[in-house]
Amino acid sequence: MAEEVILLDFWSSPFGMRVRIALAEKGVKYEYREEDLRNKSPLLLQMNPVHKKIPVLIHNGKPICESLIAVQYVDEVWKDKSPLLPSDPYLRAQARFWADFIDKKIYDIGRKIWTTKGDEQEAAKKEFIEALKLLEGELGNKPYFGGESMGYVDVALIPFYSWFYAYETCGNFSIEPECPVLIAWAKRCLQKESVSKSLPDPQKVYEFVLVLKKKFGIE
Amino acid sequence: MGEVKLLGSWGSPFSRRVEMALKHKGVEYEFIDEDLANKSPLLLQYNPVHKKVPVLLHNGKPIAESVVILEYIDETWKTNPIFPKHPYEKAMARFWAKFIDEKCNPAIWQIIWSRDKERDKAIEEAIVHLKTLENELKDKKFFGGETIGVVDIVANLIGFWLGVMQEATGIELVTKERFPILSNWIDEYVSCSVIKENLPPREKLLEAFKSRLNAPAWKY
Repeated sequence: MAEEVILLDFWSSPFGMRVRIALAEKGVKYEYREEDLRNKSPLLLQMNPVHKKIPVLIHNGKPICESLIAVQYVDEVWKDKSPLLPSDPYLRAQARFWADFIDKKIYDIGRKIWTTKGDEQEAAKKEFIEALKLLEGELGNKPYFGGESMGYVDVALIPFYSWFYAYETCGNFSIEPECPVLIAWAKRCLQKESVSKSLPDPQKVYEFVLVLKKKFGIE
Repeated sequence: MGEVKLLGSWGSPFSRRVEMALKHKGVEYEFIDEDLANKSPLLLQYNPVHKKVPVLLHNGKPIAESVVILEYIDETWKTNPIFPKHPYEKAMARFWAKFIDEKCNPAIWQIIWSRDKERDKAIEEAIVHLKTLENELKDKKFFGGETIGVVDIVANLIGFWLGVMQEATGIELVTKERFPILSNWIDEYVSCSVIKENLPPREKLLEAFKSRLNAPAWKY
């Protein structure tokens, strides 16, 4: 049975990275297609007419949109290798809760750090650290959020680590002194090929942010 | 199958979603009505991160966030499944549930709480999103097919609260002319027994909206 898997993505998107990691963890062969977000392909517009956004996972011609939905789909279809969600319903609910928390907080607050300044930026930095500390609490002294191996929450969060350098430099602050356990966790995840091959160079992300700042006229 | 409690609020659509799912599956539970203006120590203990309802307590263990709770309920009590079985259809159900929560509902709330130009803009936005949702319904009786599924449960604000909000504000967002398919779905929805029996009392909800609309800046 020939499986055709295509991922419509953009190199610096943390949401795209989640799907890359999930596919890599499962050993799924797929075609990565880089989208030009200023000139979206007809395929993207056809496969995600509702949001017109990446990532879009296309499995045998059928699109799955929204990164966490795509990650869960990958987990369910390629279920024989590296399960991402636990099998216990309560633990699954906890994993979904924290992934939802990450979705509600990290991207938007992180974005505020590099798009604002003054009081607004200070407030965003504070909120960001608070959110990371809550996540640290959830991690506890486990090697991964998933326990002994990487799981759903790890996949949901680790992409944002590639943006930390950009946040820190734009916000003139350092995350590690505040969240040493989380940084240690991130470095642990990066030891895995599925992660290291899916995340871009933080320096490149920072340079990209500078281009965006210039484009949007942000100081 | 263990002790089930629900920390909820009589008027909250999120809370009612959980009740619909539990009742649909014949699960007995104890409902604890929270006063959202004066949250109980129990709520703050069981949902310290968001401090919101609903919170499901199963054998003393808390689960928060309505859609997370719905997934948990479906995985724990297998009668009358609300999620599709097949991974692709399941992904679609999750997609539409998210669309309702992230696009449709916020636009609807924005209409209610805003005024003038902001309100006009919110109405335009809501129409676009509801049209998209209506297209998904096509010629099905429910989003779930012949019987209600998770998307129907998540669409409860559109199915019931919206009608009450429209009456309270005098705004006509969903009409038979503008949304023939969605209007049909709303009729089916509120006639469906498991839904009908799990809606807040209409008059009480209408009064609550009317008084909030007349009160200074309410934060939902």
